[in-house]
Amino acid sequence: MRKYIVKRFIYMIVLLAIMSVFAFVVIQLPPGDYLTSYIASLQQQMGEVDESVVLNLRKQYGMDRPMWQQYFLWMRNMFQGNFGESFQWRQPVKTLIATRMPMTIVLSLITLLFAYAVAVPIGIYSARHQYSIGDYVASILGFVGLATPSFFLALILMYYSNRYLGLSVGGFYSPEFQNAPWSFARLWDLCKHLPIPVIVIGLASMANVIRILRATLLDELKRPYVVAARARGLKENKMIYRYPVRVALNPIISSIGSILPSIVSGATVTAIVLDIPTVGSLLYNALLSQDMYLAGACVIMLTAITIVGTFISDILLVVVDPRIRLQ
Amino acid sequence: MALFKKKKAKVSMEEAMYMETQAQLIWRKFKKHKLAMAGMVILIILYLVGFFSEFFATQDIAKRSTTAISMAPTKIHFVDAEGNFSLQPFVYGLKQEEDPVTWRKYYVEDTTQKYPLQFFYHGDPYKLLGFIPGDIHFFGTPQPDVFFPFGTDLSGRDLYSRVLSALRISLTTGLVGVFFTFILGCLFGGISGFYGGIADTIIQRVIEFLMSMPSIPLWMALAAAFPSTWSSLQTYFAITIILSLIGWTSLARVVRGKLLELRNEDFVTAARVAGASDGYIITKHLLPSFSSYLIVNVTLAIPGMILSETSLSFLGIGLTPPIVSLGVLLQDAQSINTVSMYPWMMIPGLFVVIAVLAFNFVGDGLRDAADPYK
Amino acid sequence: MNEYILQVKNLKTWFRLDTGTLKAVDDVTFSLKRNETIGIIGESGCGKSVTAHSILRTVQNPGKVLGGEILYDDGSRLADLVNYKPDSREMRHLRGREISMIFQEPMASLAPVYTIGAQMMEAVMVHQDKKDKMAAKDACMEMLRAVGMPDPEQKFNSYPHQMSGGQCQRAMIALAMVNRPRILIADEPTTALDVTVQAQITDLMKRFQKEYNMSIIYITHDMGVIAEMADTIAVMYLGRVVESGSVKAIFQNPLHPYTRGLLKSMPVLGNKTGEKLNAIEGNVPVPLDPPEECGFCSRCPNRTPECGAGIPSLKEVEPGHLVRCFHV
Repeated sequence: MRKYIVKRFIYMIVLLAIMSVFAFVVIQLPPGDYLTSYIASLQQQMGEVDESVVLNLRKQYGMDRPMWQQYFLWMRNMFQGNFGESFQWRQPVKTLIATRMPMTIVLSLITLLFAYAVAVPIGIYSARHQYSIGDYVASILGFVGLATPSFFLALILMYYSNRYLGLSVGGFYSPEFQNAPWSFARLWDLCKHLPIPVIVIGLASMANVIRILRATLLDELKRPYVVAARARGLKENKMIYRYPVRVALNPIISSIGSILPSIVSGATVTAIVLDIPTVGSLLYNALLSQDMYLAGACVIMLTAITIVGTFISDILLVVVDPRIRLQ
Repeated sequence: MALFKKKKAKVSMEEAMYMETQAQLIWRKFKKHKLAMAGMVILIILYLVGFFSEFFATQDIAKRSTTAISMAPTKIHFVDAEGNFSLQPFVYGLKQEEDPVTWRKYYVEDTTQKYPLQFFYHGDPYKLLGFIPGDIHFFGTPQPDVFFPFGTDLSGRDLYSRVLSALRISLTTGLVGVFFTFILGCLFGGISGFYGGIADTIIQRVIEFLMSMPSIPLWMALAAAFPSTWSSLQTYFAITIILSLIGWTSLARVVRGKLLELRNEDFVTAARVAGASDGYIITKHLLPSFSSYLIVNVTLAIPGMILSETSLSFLGIGLTPPIVSLGVLLQDAQSINTVSMYPWMMIPGLFVVIAVLAFNFVGDGLRDAADPYK
Repeated sequence: MNEYILQVKNLKTWFRLDTGTLKAVDDVTFSLKRNETIGIIGESGCGKSVTAHSILRTVQNPGKVLGGEILYDDGSRLADLVNYKPDSREMRHLRGREISMIFQEPMASLAPVYTIGAQMMEAVMVHQDKKDKMAAKDACMEMLRAVGMPDPEQKFNSYPHQMSGGQCQRAMIALAMVNRPRILIADEPTTALDVTVQAQITDLMKRFQKEYNMSIIYITHDMGVIAEMADTIAVMYLGRVVESGSVKAIFQNPLHPYTRGLLKSMPVLGNKTGEKLNAIEGNVPVPLDPPEECGFCSRCPNRTPECGAGIPSLKEVEPGHLVRCFHV
């Protein structure tokens, strides 16, 4: 077991390292380097920029060195907590990310929990009542959920909640709570803003979990151990939850590995549409204005969420499945 | 005696089933899947309409009607203001009025002017598929600036005609993207499954890596790196390649899994023992055994492509005007103000949902049908 | 008290499918005496397992017990199990406590995510009026020792995937026996095991039968095992019992052409008569909307036009020996 966890941990570190290379490439990709755009923006603001300033900057960012050295310099700075500067926001990238990262994680987590909380009962029902009306309704909803782009769903919900419920949508808080200190009123305001993004982001994942769970359970329900448990005199409902559902937990937990990336993806688009201050919308703005240090850091942060999340789901799997635990 | 004959007929029918080709078997099962059949009919219609969009459109997609900006979908009438019924539908002309309090402009029907709708009328000239000149349109009215089935956009262009034209781009993005996906998936999946060993391990790790990545941020980052000097055609291909660069993984897994499974199947071993060459085994045994799975997975990959293209274009980092795709059209619906004032701007989104649903239904039907003996 | 602990009469279990009605069990009749073993024999697909599940009322959807009687005598009163609902209290009370079952694939019949001990404890405690963990654990350990499980303490805390097939089957038997049932249904319990382990398992069952005064329904397609285990035999073909009687009657005086075919297809050690092993021609048809005819007539060597005219009834040709054939 320990070997398994250590192996997964090393794997996670390797993934993060590869990801950082990828993010570095992203930073380098746009025509002209980061400094050119930075100097351009400096020029716009203060007119002529001194040649020595330019040289200094080049040195500071290691632009005068070969590419691989620049990468390691960038990595070293990052480990020291220096993510570079955002020229668009005129703030350290670190501060920008720090203010948005917690809520990004919270939003992804709540969405993940919501998707599973809704999908698991529906999936169990669908499998136990295969071809019933409820099963058909669930699978049609599932089909529609998978076919609707999250931004489109966001638009529709925005339209209806604005028009018929008069709700303010978008953002995490109403304007009056935007910069207020934490209080119950502010928390309540946040709760009122969460349902739409959570539904929008979670719908496709929900549909996915329902599909996975239904298929797995249909398989498991036919297995001899289910019949054997029934023949032991257990009550049907209790038997279902104690045996096939318990076994199906394994694929449900491993599905986190594929659900989490799609939630982070969906959250990015949705955050842009609903104007929610997450790392996703930050990345979008950064890309549009070619603020590449910020963009690179955002890419790393977003992928780190999924990589770490997958690692945690691997650990959960160990807890749940004795076949892996006792390898 | 009659009973005996009937039984014989039944047996021969069963025998016939075992002698049908795989394609026939799949088609026979597929036909029973009602949703899949409906999906296929819808797809055929969408592709036809998309390909001949100039003919089905009511007007030129670039034409701006200055008298009809952000106008709601035109109502089609059978009964006129005086209560007379006519079998031929017609539309009224529109005139602009202004709300005296809010000063907001809106359109009202001008019931004095009737424009009958007709099939095959002469309207805006076009070049079908880029080279066949024509001016006959499927359905509408020759009178310009009065008939907008889906309304008009913020600059007065007919949304209906634009949606039809966008279908062509969006639906083919799916196909072109899947084509690249197919090549990458077969190549890497094939290497992985056929050679095994280190190549397999590396490719599997790469797949795991790509699968654990949130795709949209990656696509965004890659797409943002396109030089703005690229032509729309270049961007179009670049986008499809980017989509397939990250999207080939699941197909590669299917190919690899199937190859590994089949490699150890008894009938393959039997063929090998009988002295068949590798090439013979691959073409006669392996390919026919999983070509149906490939088709199913390719079909199921197309909707993902369409959705991704739409999302990227919607965000303004995928296809960009003058290319008209469903996602590009939806850019107009980006703000809550536009959406609440001009809800018909969301119509292109409906087409995305319909197309994706149809593909999913067809894919599911194919998947069920791919196991013909089950 | 009745001489028979279980009597199955004209049992019908059908599966309604999209493609038609699958008559998996269509008129099965047999009786089981106290402390005896009945062997149910037949080719795969003849409805043996469905018969077993019908008795326990654990037939999987879309299968349903649609007719007949399953009379169970618990010593004080006679109950017809067909009248109970599958998930009723009465049925659950019987399952695992009065009537237990062991299965064909021991590995797959144990849930992979629980230890052997956990599954046994549950089987005991589900039938305890006052939940008593200590007593339950004692009972489990005793039974694990009784089935000859090596190192029972350790195996109690083991998962199925950590044990061999033979050990799993011992665990299955311990699980089935832990409540000392009156009837044990064994559904091909040794098919998936090595020959040496097979003998150990059948010996174990015979020993338990004596120790606990238990009746056994032994389902198999292996004539050799049945000769050794059973007191009476019911031969099944296409959802029906075609012949039943004592082991002696069936082996020495088989009357149904199918039984004869089965016996002829069995190799006999030291047979020097030079007789060839016989195969029954053709395959078992699928009983999907079967025609109204003798089920065996498509493969029967003695077929006459009469055979296609209807379903023969089960006739008693000598005391306790019943045959379903027009020609006896």
